[in-house]
Amino acid sequence: MPIYQTTSYVFRDTEHAASLFNMERAGHVYSRISNPTVAVLEERIAALEGGVGAIATASGQAALHLAIATLMGSGEHIVASAALYGGSHNLLGYTLKRFGIETTFVVPRDLQAWKKAIRPNTKLLFGETLGNPGLDVLDIPSVAAIAHEAKVPLLVDATFTTPCLLKPFAHGADLLYHSATKFLGGHGVAIAGVLVDSGRFDWEASGKFATLTAPYEGFHGMDFEEESGTRAFLLRARREGLRDFGACMAPMTAFQILQGVETLHLRMPRHVESTRTLVQYLKSNSAVQKVIYPGLPDHPDHELAKKLLPLGCGAVLSFEIKGGRAAGKKFIESLRIFSHLANVGDAKSLVIHPATTTHYRMSDEDLKRAGITAGTVRLSIGLEDPQDLVDDLDRALKASQK
Amino acid sequence: MFAYTAGHAFDKAKPTMVFVHGAGLDHSSFLLQSRYFGYHGWNVLAFDLPGHGHSPGAPISSVAGMAEEVCKAVPAEKFSIVGHSMGSLVALECAARVPSRIERIALIGAAYPMKVGEAFLDAAKRDHYDAFDMHTIWGHAAQVPLGGDPTPGMWMYGDTQARLERLAPGVLYNDLKACNDYVFEGEIACPTLFILGERDVMTPPRSAKAIQEKISGAKTVRVKFSGHSLMTEAPDATLDALVDFFRT
Repeated sequence: MPIYQTTSYVFRDTEHAASLFNMERAGHVYSRISNPTVAVLEERIAALEGGVGAIATASGQAALHLAIATLMGSGEHIVASAALYGGSHNLLGYTLKRFGIETTFVVPRDLQAWKKAIRPNTKLLFGETLGNPGLDVLDIPSVAAIAHEAKVPLLVDATFTTPCLLKPFAHGADLLYHSATKFLGGHGVAIAGVLVDSGRFDWEASGKFATLTAPYEGFHGMDFEEESGTRAFLLRARREGLRDFGACMAPMTAFQILQGVETLHLRMPRHVESTRTLVQYLKSNSAVQKVIYPGLPDHPDHELAKKLLPLGCGAVLSFEIKGGRAAGKKFIESLRIFSHLANVGDAKSLVIHPATTTHYRMSDEDLKRAGITAGTVRLSIGLEDPQDLVDDLDRALKASQK
Repeated sequence: MFAYTAGHAFDKAKPTMVFVHGAGLDHSSFLLQSRYFGYHGWNVLAFDLPGHGHSPGAPISSVAGMAEEVCKAVPAEKFSIVGHSMGSLVALECAARVPSRIERIALIGAAYPMKVGEAFLDAAKRDHYDAFDMHTIWGHAAQVPLGGDPTPGMWMYGDTQARLERLAPGVLYNDLKACNDYVFEGEIACPTLFILGERDVMTPPRSAKAIQEKISGAKTVRVKFSGHSLMTEAPDATLDALVDFFRT
């Protein structure tokens, strides 16, 4: 795949230029809006997810922001799972509030709570396929049904599962995004996001989405839904969201993520297999109080995981170490193979202490609702020899208890 | 019946171009081409036939009925028609029925007779997803699933399936049966253009031969790498052919 390392594209003539700007011809104008290398990634992810198309963004956070900004503005409301990546929680709980968008957080497995939280101005339901770091499994079919009854779409963050393990659109989700930085890229070399539309949500029939069904002065009075039907959401997201907010993906990043996607089907089974091995090891270790992984029968979402994730529950797990914060600190500092950093979904195994890093801005109450304690340690299992990983954990756990 | 107008009010002083979509689809199949003409001096009426896109109601069960509905809905005395697949049959029927009103017709992905395979008809009759798969796979050239949508970021297969999934039960079967049953009787006197995809497996170029021979002076543009969905697979080549035909 060539890397189109360019900002812009020579027009054939003035007529061609005008036609491209007015959306009478397909093609590229400026790499903030679209780029041939980036478009290959977008199309491939859309194909893997079974969507109508996709928009690659500068990061997963940019993808989430693009989805929200395309659907709503000040005075509107989101219902979201409380078990979110800390960055998403910040955006919804603090930053968007400043722009007039309110969010109500609910325990993801409490279906009544989702229903009760919906208001007349609710525009979106949002959760992660696997919550962070409690690995709560989102009951996509049930939450999608609640969303559709309220005539709003369900957006899911599918980062932890990838299309290898779960296809959210097949279960009723309407929109999804990935932090492509994680498993899609797979090697921890590029920050990236991608937003995908299933094209199944009927914006016109909903009657709640003026951004898609009313004339938009910012694009010659275009009514995006009337103009393009199934493509309305992505059309507005690209023509307004990328144009005005500008959080586009760089072509080199797209190339790096494309390299990762080519081996996704080989990497994910290995990630899952090694994770299962380590889960069993941790379960048997006396220094471990609790292992949190939906593949385990004692996980509250185990039955749901069997239904939605028959190919595996991903490669992220959490556990609680005996001895609380001090033992956790000693454990992390004693690891040799696991890298201590704020990421998941790398070929290399990673470790982090959520309460002091990814989720440090959350209140104690919010932490509790997200299933995090002072002793929670999160692991992302890489592609190394699983026995080497067991040995590393074994050594560090022993050190933590001294 | 809903018609997309490219955001312009009808103007009696302008020539009128009508777009009629294929089986199970809607006006947005012509997204780029209809928008172009709407911004280049034409009244554009890209219809959603009843039961499709924004038009409510039961679908019309025959091509003749569709033609009647289209002719009734056009406010201009004279107009041209661009029809895709099933829409090309509607264009033929309009031109044969009311030759005094039809100035030119452009037939995209056309064939006559437009016989539909038994398996396809049967799956559509049962509203089985196989029918959507057949529509999607045969509706595009073989290279399409490998990528290369000319519209950045879009996935043609996914888009077609999403459109088909929005249909009410029975609509696709209705359309396919209408194509299958259609008998053309009459003559075409107006200038006619065929735009055919060389990689079309739904209506291969050879399946248009019988009707091409009946229309004297008909022009043909064959698009090299396109399948049946010429407006999305080869939007520029399709638009260029239309611009050339309607300019002369």
